[in-house]
Amino acid sequence: MSGKFSQKAMCWLMRLTAYFVVLVVGFIVFEIIWHGARAISWEFLFSMPRRSGAEGGIFPAIVGTFLLVAGSIAVAFPLGVATAIYLSEYARQGRFTHAVRVAIATLAGIPSIVFGLFGLGLFVIFLGWGCSIMSGCATLACMILPTIIVSSEESLRAVPQSLREGSLALGATKWQTIWSNVLPYSVGGMLTGLILAIGRVAGETAPILLTVAAFYLPKLPRSMSDQVMALPYHLYVLSTQHPDTAAVLPKAYGTALVLLILVLGVGLAAIIMRIHVRKKYKW
Amino acid sequence: MVTWKNNGLSETKIHVSNLDFYYGITQALFDITMDIPSQRVTALIGPSGCGKSTFLRALNRMNDIIDGTRITGHVLIDDEDIYGSSADVVRLRKRVGMVFQKSNPFPKSLFDNVAYGPRTHGIKNHKQLSEIVERSLRRAALWDEVKDRLSVSAMDLSGGQQQRLCIARALAIEPEILLMDEPASALDPKATAKIEDLIDQLSDDYTIVIVTHNMQQAARVSDVTAFFYEGHLIEMGQTEQIFTKPQQKGTEDYITGRFG
Repeated sequence: MSGKFSQKAMCWLMRLTAYFVVLVVGFIVFEIIWHGARAISWEFLFSMPRRSGAEGGIFPAIVGTFLLVAGSIAVAFPLGVATAIYLSEYARQGRFTHAVRVAIATLAGIPSIVFGLFGLGLFVIFLGWGCSIMSGCATLACMILPTIIVSSEESLRAVPQSLREGSLALGATKWQTIWSNVLPYSVGGMLTGLILAIGRVAGETAPILLTVAAFYLPKLPRSMSDQVMALPYHLYVLSTQHPDTAAVLPKAYGTALVLLILVLGVGLAAIIMRIHVRKKYKW
Repeated sequence: MVTWKNNGLSETKIHVSNLDFYYGITQALFDITMDIPSQRVTALIGPSGCGKSTFLRALNRMNDIIDGTRITGHVLIDDEDIYGSSADVVRLRKRVGMVFQKSNPFPKSLFDNVAYGPRTHGIKNHKQLSEIVERSLRRAALWDEVKDRLSVSAMDLSGGQQQRLCIARALAIEPEILLMDEPASALDPKATAKIEDLIDQLSDDYTIVIVTHNMQQAARVSDVTAFFYEGHLIEMGQTEQIFTKPQQKGTEDYITGRFG
């Protein structure tokens, strides 16, 4: 009897922890929508901020975050996939690949503010790119590289060896095999890594704080060497740095909601793409 | 050491001499010398781990893709050393098709599976590809079953059909030699019979080397049989002779089911 009771109790305990997670997520989303929805309007989304963000919209921050995501992905995705292809398909597994893997794991564990400092040192100062979109994208690209490499390599390894052998046995070269009989089947897994990476890039504040983000810049960037506003930093500024934080709180919540929708939207698009790809190639 | 000279059965297609093969420091094949006759079926038999699959994969250099393998000796196809310094692996594999133990259709349409090889070798014209696909599928006795659904995924075929698709895919690159690594071991008796019929037909045009665990199958489909044991070629001869009057004690023990 007591055994049965403890069985039930444990089951409920586990269930409660699961409910708790859902509750936390639900609360955060609810809180942001509840306070943020009222701030959202056409003006808020598509106009320049005025009076340090107390009035007007967040258009330049939306554009800025979009540019940072696009730019850093454009750098990190090809680089990460190429590294993954090398590690999974070409490299002889040994001391060197082991060292590379340790480096990747270390890179993944570095706090984002350290990436910011690194970006400041290398891109902003040493390479002389200044505080610019270029520096920000490069810094963010370094930060998400490990995520992309690891997920890409895993998805390449998930492709059965027999498909590679089948292709090679038909006289295809190694590259032809990878291009037409390995990569198409691993795109789905790579997209998963991309979703995670996009979420991080859009949300991180520390790396862009030191390399690109503008405190208040009510105009759109003209080139990759301009500074730009970004949603997470703008959120931080509004909620802690503004002279009248209480008055701009609705704007801060509005900004948070836009950021959330942006990240979820991009993630959703990638998930739909992944489903489409998986449906096309299943084995 | 056993050497079997190909006396008058037909011309020699593949001439193997003094072949040693190593996985790292483990030697898997010892001083193999044999002649494989042209346009005949040669069966490689022997217990698991005897080296017959390794030997088969040495004939189209598929062992090259395994790290840490090493090979010495010579494999001549039409007097051309495939391990020579001027040998071209891509060209070799075009001449020597392979069918694997576990059928490995690509997760693409039937058409794209069969057209994979020709496309890889630069054929882009759709009409030409269609002709190759039809010819190859007919040759693999699969055309009538699939001609109306060439665009469905290869994964939707039955196991036996998948294996015949893999044969069609290998035929599409017009090889001279066909290597088969236990092509029917995962199939039911009916599908196996189809594959065996097919091998019989194909041997008119192709030199076929088949690895099999199944004694009856070796006896049914092959003209010549080679018995491997622990990396050594123990005996090789015309299939009828191997199964009725084996010269070696080991061969006799194996084919009569005393071990293996």
